[in-house]
Amino acid sequence: MRFVDEFREPELISRTAEEILRLAGRDRHYRLMEVCGGHTHAIYRFGLKDILPDNIELIHGPGCPVCVLPMGRIDDGLSIAQRPDVIFAAFGDMMRVPGTQGSPLEHKARGMDVRIVYSPSDALKLARLNPDKQVMFFAIGFETTAPSTALTLMRAKAEGIDNFSVFCNHVTIIPAIRAILDSPDMRLDAFIGPGHVSTVIGCRPYEWIAKDQDKPIVVSGFEPLDMLQSIVMLLRQLKVGEAKVENQYKRVVPWEGNRAALRAMAEVFQLRPYFEWRGLGFISQSALRLNEKYAAWDAEQRFEVPGIRVTDPKAAQCGEVLKGVLKPHQCKLFGRECTPEHPIGALMVSSEGSCAAYHNYEHRKAAMATSLTSIA
Amino acid sequence: MLDARPASVRFRDPQIEMAHGAGGKASRKLVEGLFAPLLFGSTPGPLGDAAHVDINGAKVAITTDSFVVKPLTFPGGSIGELAVNGTVNDLAVSGARAEALVVTYVLEAGLPTPVLEAEVCAMAKAARDAGVRIAGGDTKVVEHGKADLMYVTTTGIGRLIHGVTIDPRSVRVGDKILLSGPIGDHGITILLARGELDLEADLRSDTRSVLPLVEALVHTAGPGIRWMRDPTRGGAATSLNELARDCGLGMVLFEDQVPVRDMVRGACELLGLDPLHIANEGQFLAVVSPDYADAAINALSLAPGGSEAQVIGEVREQPAGTVLVTTRYGGSRIVDMLVGDPLPRIC
Amino acid sequence: MCLAIPGKIVEISSDNTESALVDVVGVRRRIDLGLLQDDKPAPGDWVLIHVGFAMSKISELDALDQMNTLRALGEIDGAMQEVQGYGLEEPNDAEVH
Repeated sequence: MRFVDEFREPELISRTAEEILRLAGRDRHYRLMEVCGGHTHAIYRFGLKDILPDNIELIHGPGCPVCVLPMGRIDDGLSIAQRPDVIFAAFGDMMRVPGTQGSPLEHKARGMDVRIVYSPSDALKLARLNPDKQVMFFAIGFETTAPSTALTLMRAKAEGIDNFSVFCNHVTIIPAIRAILDSPDMRLDAFIGPGHVSTVIGCRPYEWIAKDQDKPIVVSGFEPLDMLQSIVMLLRQLKVGEAKVENQYKRVVPWEGNRAALRAMAEVFQLRPYFEWRGLGFISQSALRLNEKYAAWDAEQRFEVPGIRVTDPKAAQCGEVLKGVLKPHQCKLFGRECTPEHPIGALMVSSEGSCAAYHNYEHRKAAMATSLTSIA
Repeated sequence: MLDARPASVRFRDPQIEMAHGAGGKASRKLVEGLFAPLLFGSTPGPLGDAAHVDINGAKVAITTDSFVVKPLTFPGGSIGELAVNGTVNDLAVSGARAEALVVTYVLEAGLPTPVLEAEVCAMAKAARDAGVRIAGGDTKVVEHGKADLMYVTTTGIGRLIHGVTIDPRSVRVGDKILLSGPIGDHGITILLARGELDLEADLRSDTRSVLPLVEALVHTAGPGIRWMRDPTRGGAATSLNELARDCGLGMVLFEDQVPVRDMVRGACELLGLDPLHIANEGQFLAVVSPDYADAAINALSLAPGGSEAQVIGEVREQPAGTVLVTTRYGGSRIVDMLVGDPLPRIC
Repeated sequence: MCLAIPGKIVEISSDNTESALVDVVGVRRRIDLGLLQDDKPAPGDWVLIHVGFAMSKISELDALDQMNTLRALGEIDGAMQEVQGYGLEEPNDAEVH
């Protein structure tokens, strides 16, 4: 696969890992946060921790749009979908996320019309094909995905498609990073920046992290060589006491971002005054809703929504894991009450959630050290 | 000896979900937690692809499988072929040559006759190609909306092939893990054929009888074969996880040795899926002792349809009970069974 | 967030220039080019695809540049070690990329 395989070349990966070992030395412990859930997934998928030295600690950030969605929002979306004339359309990522009455897939098993879509435009297509139904697209994602939802709504409006609506849970990344940095128990040296969000917002929005917080940030791609090169770049900055924004993912990320995408977002969305983030609490100006021009397609205005706030079970420590304060296995429920089969929180369901990643890819590797030979 | 006291049911889910039929963890919990204690006696051994029964000294294998697929026809085959090959293959990987099948059709009222006829023809042809007799069957018709056009169940009976014993408990550290050919073709073909994802590719289901390949393998490496399985729903990851659990050892795979077609890889990258979790209908895994491994892979690659067979890994002591995939640059990841069907993702 | 994959534009729709057929090692899908209207891609161009939309054009030049930088890592280290062996000043790390 072009533009993929080159960045997975084993020989080059080994050499870059050697450079990291050389740069990291032994005398200092580095705490690097990868903001984006896609990077969390890549770290585990490619086994990158195995080739990094012990004194580089990767801390998982809150950039998992499924993980930060409060359960109440899922309940709200599903309550609309209970109506017999509604088709609930969402990405596969949402399908097993538990609401208080079960996940979308569980609702489907009980007879609700729930469809997996790969693209918001597929949801719009469903509306065209089912004129007697209401298609509600449960939208999630950061700024990477929001422009596509926006463009889809613009198309719906242009074509006059009335039986389509969006339940909008799009969130923005900068407030989340700010919340992390404002957190008193957080000690970080640098950031691995979200590569795909940056194709939309560019690299400028991160300048305050370097200037005001004095922390380096490198906008990174998602292949192993991308992430390793980003770590090299961060270490080089840290070693000479520099703090600036760098773009490792140049082949795809324009420094100024994607103006057309930003225009589409401005056309359709407005910032919510505040929004609740699971684990991070209420953050102002951190999420999007449809503006008045698109009110007719806003599911929250078209339908009655209970809007009940659901707090997480007290024992669940999703918030601390999301902020990187706790590692997944340090949550009391990890691997016991909370497993991929019976997830309590979204971090155990989402493919980018650190708990799921740790559970699925990692924690039994730790058992290797203490040689167990009993049947698992 | 049968235990008169029934074993306790450990399955606690309040209702059956789709995940329970996907071949992954949820399916396993249902089988081990409800069916096994109630039907198979209190202490069943590891559950295999077929049951071996001794009838007055004649050793036969018997297995059954049901086929629920949407759409009914897809590039490379249809439900009819799956129904024949699936059962022939279950028997083959348990070390038996299929002699006869019986088939049950549950048909939905309103099913057009030409559709049924086409499936029955496909089945007849698949049976001829596989060298197995269809000896009889049963039909039921249910109301419109209750059967997705048709459900097919086949039950097969076969004679044990001499020279091979399948037992996960015979697997040892150092054994090699073999795969007969590229994985993911069938599952991705079906996913694309459903049309919901708007993807197109020139891909076909790999449905075929693996019996000739199994026989070639047994002929050359019989004494070295410890275990075989056809990785259907749940994919190679599920089959190997089951083996790892049953023998308590670690299955270590070498990522770049696992054969996957470019297109399958492309579809998986696009949708965020792992080929190791995707269903196959014409492949099998085998664990072979190291002294027979070379002969085994040679025999497979020379047999018709086996040219893409590969050694994909080996059995190690650690991580016990787990499947680990390693890369050439020293990275590794655990590959677990999925809970239910693999779902496309965008994150 | 964000599973995005490189794909090659095979053909732009004749009746809708914002729709294109893209190919990822033989898998094809119609994607929306609406987010690239300021810098329209042509058949043969590579784009980054996320949820059925083209997010960005992929620059082959930048990709090559990155590969060269990475390949030079080991070489420059080797050269640096030689230089250090002669007792000369340590070169500045920051120059290397």
